[in-house]
Amino acid sequence: MADNFEKKISVTVNGKACQASVEPRMTLLDFLRDEVGLTGTHAGCEHGVCGACSVIHDGVPVRSCLMFAVQADGHEVATVEGLAEADGTLSVLQDCFWETHALQCGYCTPGMLMAGHALLQENSDPTEEDIVEAIGGNLCRCTGYRQIIEAIALAAKKLKEAI
Amino acid sequence: MTEFRYVSKPRRTKEDRRFITGQGKFVADVKLPNMKHVALITSPFAAAEIKSIDISEAMALDGVVYVLTGEELEAATASLMSGLDLPDYQRYPLASKMTRYAGEWVAAVVADSRYIAEDAAELVYIDYEPLDFVVDPEEAIKPDAPVVHPEIGSNIFFQKTFEWGPVDEDFEAADHSISYRARWSRNSTVPIETFGVVAKWNPADELLEYWASIQMPKYQEQLGTALKMPANNIRVYYDVDVGGSYGVKRGIKHSVLVGYLAMKLGVPVRLIEDRLENMIGGDAHGPDRIFDVDMAFDSDGIVQSMRMRALDDAGASPGRAPLQLGKPVTAIVGPYHIKSVQYEAISVSTHKTTQEAVRGFGQSPTNFAIESGIDKIARFLEMDRFELRRKNLIRADEFPYQIPSGTEYDSGDYHTVLKKTEDLAGLDALLKKRDALRAEGKLAGVGVSTCLEPSGGNAGFEPLFNPKNPTTTWMESAQVKIDLAGTITAIMATTSSGQGHETLAATVVGEVLQRDPNSIRVTRTDSLASLPSNSPVGSRMAIMLGGAMHGAAEKLKARLLEIAAHNLQLSVDQLEYREGDVVALDDPMVQIEWRELVEIAHRRYHDMPDGMEPGLQARHVWEVPTGGSMPTADGKVQMYPCYSFEAHIPLVEIDPVTGQVTILEYFIGHDCGTMINPHIVHGMTYGGIAHGIGAALYEKFQYNEDGQLLSGTFMDYLLPSAHEVPAVKMVDHCTPSPHTAMGQKGSGEGGYLGAPAGLASAVNDALAPLGKEILTLPMRVQDVEAVLSADG
Repeated sequence: MADNFEKKISVTVNGKACQASVEPRMTLLDFLRDEVGLTGTHAGCEHGVCGACSVIHDGVPVRSCLMFAVQADGHEVATVEGLAEADGTLSVLQDCFWETHALQCGYCTPGMLMAGHALLQENSDPTEEDIVEAIGGNLCRCTGYRQIIEAIALAAKKLKEAI
Repeated sequence: MTEFRYVSKPRRTKEDRRFITGQGKFVADVKLPNMKHVALITSPFAAAEIKSIDISEAMALDGVVYVLTGEELEAATASLMSGLDLPDYQRYPLASKMTRYAGEWVAAVVADSRYIAEDAAELVYIDYEPLDFVVDPEEAIKPDAPVVHPEIGSNIFFQKTFEWGPVDEDFEAADHSISYRARWSRNSTVPIETFGVVAKWNPADELLEYWASIQMPKYQEQLGTALKMPANNIRVYYDVDVGGSYGVKRGIKHSVLVGYLAMKLGVPVRLIEDRLENMIGGDAHGPDRIFDVDMAFDSDGIVQSMRMRALDDAGASPGRAPLQLGKPVTAIVGPYHIKSVQYEAISVSTHKTTQEAVRGFGQSPTNFAIESGIDKIARFLEMDRFELRRKNLIRADEFPYQIPSGTEYDSGDYHTVLKKTEDLAGLDALLKKRDALRAEGKLAGVGVSTCLEPSGGNAGFEPLFNPKNPTTTWMESAQVKIDLAGTITAIMATTSSGQGHETLAATVVGEVLQRDPNSIRVTRTDSLASLPSNSPVGSRMAIMLGGAMHGAAEKLKARLLEIAAHNLQLSVDQLEYREGDVVALDDPMVQIEWRELVEIAHRRYHDMPDGMEPGLQARHVWEVPTGGSMPTADGKVQMYPCYSFEAHIPLVEIDPVTGQVTILEYFIGHDCGTMINPHIVHGMTYGGIAHGIGAALYEKFQYNEDGQLLSGTFMDYLLPSAHEVPAVKMVDHCTPSPHTAMGQKGSGEGGYLGAPAGLASAVNDALAPLGKEILTLPMRVQDVEAVLSADG
């Protein structure tokens, strides 16, 4: 029976190689949460709409609920747990989320951070429209997005000033 | 106004750090050894008889532990609670014999993984005999309608008419009256985290442990009743972060199911709804309401009287739904002088998903219905809508103000808040902008709504709707302690779903004890270690948790003063408390420092005042201000102590071809008294507006004529994204409440209570030049297009 077929994969998660034997049907989301033990990435809709499960795959934000873990074999994945420095120092973007209170329940926050992080990697001087576009695929039910947009704009400003 | 040290100051929250680092502890993050996973099998029919269930193939699958059916669960447990007096009514987590809506749970598979549980769910074969059904609430009350619960005898869960004041006389005496129908369609709060629960049975201790994403008052007691076990055999952990709720995460049927399975199977069991289970079968839909309203008014615009009939489709079971017709009694005239009111509340059962408590508990739909009438009167009299509101709003010098239904509004300054909002919007310029758009041939409208947010309630709607439930308190508790090292810990007794309660508690305790809130640890106990709580419902926690924490901290401060007085051989009124030290008023050199006071309390009992208990700890259980009274025989009741106010002014444009509504600008003025933390209040208000935008323009649980839910995913139930929510501009105002220690009122429902009304006002302003109107929410693109293309 092919039911119990498992494939050995190696995914570099936040710079660290993670190996596991997984069923081909296991999502990247479940792999990160259940095999790697990183629970910061959340399931929201599991059909690719809400963005709560957003991670960065080879530099590009993706829905980890719509990818199979085996598709990430040999690739690099970044999650919210990798944003802060090893000693716990927050990234500028994380710090700005705290400063503007860009969250309430915190459930969509990791996905929002990854979307904002990906934007700031590409665009050091985003307009409000750019920010809205970047987080437009991430749903938040608490904040109405205003303080999230403020946080990303503030982070862009701070990062620019730091150069 | 009082000058605060920490309260109302922009401060970072205590909670945010764990969420921005991915360290939140949500229920799906709870992993226990040997934990099993549940998947549900749901009814494909709106109503059906269950003829047989064949589980043999599913049970044979590797990794499957059990398949539970409704018959077994019903035999082993007691009925879930109903808020109404319906003695013959029974409700269980799984259907047995009969299903009552498409999506209702019929069986539960338990397996080693969710993947296997879903595989097995497809191998359970259920033979159904479809039955007649009804999904339209107006059809459901006809005598020949199929009855959802034959044991109740009809589809009417609740029907009562209240009359406060001489309504017929006031209608007779008024110059004019209008009648209209306003329709609030079925939607909900739809948190991004679905509901989840994990249960573990410890037979040696006879203890059933729960981790759940709950916002449920009296959860532990309800579980005990349903599982037929002592409530103190259940421990609910309150340190689970809840990924949004806004009312709906009650999860009692989920929790009874999982608790039963954990005990039966002897392994930890978890159920995390997937999105489809959540939308269709989670029993978390919101109000679904038809308002028929008459308003009587004079030619000068003064509104004299109102008749309102609210017919609400509760769905298959009377969860909290009927009571959501009760809360609006507490603000039934909105912010206006309306002398008399007749209110008929009817809760109807249909073959649809069961309704649960939703943000505002019925107040937002009611506000929409009232505001629609105010706008209609303005159009009837050709009077400015803002001017009409100014004429009817209760004035600042009239508080406390008693409305016909018996409620006393605590405080407010509605005219000033409206004026501040008009100024923020630049109302004249905004109207010119609208007119310029119209001159270009576009459909554009400016809206206005002025709405109330009742907060901190005592659940007075329970005895109002069910005299056998004499609830007159909805208390909240706090424990605060100062340890030997002099550090402060505040202990609360509920989960949070984004409201920032740790920040609230630390700020209030810090304010009273004059210690930095950042140094105060806030923890959450479990249900066995805690004092009573009623969870964060009804915009209550700033008032109630804030009040409880305030009371506990004041007790500690008083004790510190007494210890100091005893040791300085002075009386307390000769002393002043300063940042933890106690100083003699007439000689600042005479003092005892914090460190020493703490040491005396914890070690030097010989230096303590006679009879004082050692240590520094205080508990405070706070009764709802203005609570404690039953409704009168004529249906008058004081349910809520505090009334926040909000004015909304949006500008919208409608695509004349497609009917698409676009919000161009949005302004809100908000008064919730003293804000404990402005970041948190602003965030909840922005979020409430976004939620209201969804209710007004996008979100609907749409059923077809077969009783099937058509919008069960995020592809077809549309939540507003950052593209749809405009850059809202906000102005604050502060009218302190006289009922709270710091003047705070509730704010958790802010924004949501006025946004749908404000957007309906704007859309109808845009349609008015065409002589058209829409009073049905949501005003989706297809709904507005249908109005635009209709004849006439």
